[in-house]
Amino acid sequence: MSQVRIPPVLRETVGGERNLDAAGNTVGEVLADLFLRYPALRERVTVDGVLSPFVNVYVNGRDVRYGEGLETAVGPADQVILLPAMAGGGLD
Amino acid sequence: MIRGDLVAAIGHTPMVELRRLSPHPRVRLLAKIEGANPTGSVKDRIARSMLAEATASGALRAGQTILEPSSGNTGISLAMVGGLMGHPVRIVMPDNTTPEREKLLRLYGAEIVFSPGAEGSNGAIRMAEAMAAADPDVFMPFQYANPANPRAHEEGTGPEILAAAPEVDVFVAGLGTGGTLTGVGRALKAVRPGVRVVAAEPLPGEQVQGLRSLEEGYVPPVLDAGVLDDRYLVSNREAVIGVRRLMAEEGIFAGLSSGAALTVALRVAAEMDGGSVVVLLADGGWKYLSAGLWDRDLDELQADMEGQVLW
Repeated sequence: MSQVRIPPVLRETVGGERNLDAAGNTVGEVLADLFLRYPALRERVTVDGVLSPFVNVYVNGRDVRYGEGLETAVGPADQVILLPAMAGGGLD
Repeated sequence: MIRGDLVAAIGHTPMVELRRLSPHPRVRLLAKIEGANPTGSVKDRIARSMLAEATASGALRAGQTILEPSSGNTGISLAMVGGLMGHPVRIVMPDNTTPEREKLLRLYGAEIVFSPGAEGSNGAIRMAEAMAAADPDVFMPFQYANPANPRAHEEGTGPEILAAAPEVDVFVAGLGTGGTLTGVGRALKAVRPGVRVVAAEPLPGEQVQGLRSLEEGYVPPVLDAGVLDDRYLVSNREAVIGVRRLMAEEGIFAGLSSGAALTVALRVAAEMDGGSVVVLLADGGWKYLSAGLWDRDLDELQADMEGQVLW
């Protein structure tokens, strides 16, 4: 089981939870496990079956789009974070 | 050397080796100290380029008011550069940044319009866009979509880095508008195609994420995601530890995004066999003094930062 952090904007789709445990050895499997239990989450973060460009997924802080994407390995001690894409501060 | 005025003194910042912080004897860690710019941040570069280009194209007329959303640095740079050019400057800023920013903006003669802090930087962007739409007489440089933003780095910061460290293997900088990473990345890759460009992205506090729906999220048009090779999320806590290490171990007084960039540079450097990593330190620490980044209890500070827009 790895832990997945859900951002405030998506919590209503998972019953208000901030952190969820999910099963799976890859990001794709972990998300599939969550989607099975929370279909509303799938509707919000995927478009035609692929991850929306407005959502980023990180494993231990690294954006999986720059790693192995949905194939990125997730171990039991790893933390997965979902986050909306957003502008940073003016500090660049 | 004598510069004609302060605007001409922007750029050509120092590059400093961080010997004490490098986690690896064969990795050379180099810092580009952007806090050495006239108003204390890298944003002086883009303020100059955006206003110079708008003046040249006729988009910005003499005496016209400049309007921009900014959580601080860009606003301060526009106030200085725009002020010297004779323009009134109006900045839309979240109401939960540090008081230093408000004071500096007023000293440089800018007018401030506050946006709800709970809406974060996105809220300031929305408010400024609405104000610009309602008042066609203002000029909005809009750093998030202005090509003169990355161009300042492609033609300035990037070549400066190459001149000082032609052997650069990795470039690390904070991700805000994406202008620095895009512009420097293009300049470096034009000469060294194998260079890795790595973003340090802030993990925003829960109370300032401010989004009602995912679609309100915002990917800045100036960010060329194709230039990025890797992207790491950095928590406020890690960024604070980073600024403290810069001060304690190298004597560098830098702002929060510099601490984040350092955190990522150290992570990347530790995984290398050897080579050179250049990390851009975007601003000095002055505007964060009241936030107590260096002297407050880390747990208390972290709790407060959940509700503040500091970077």
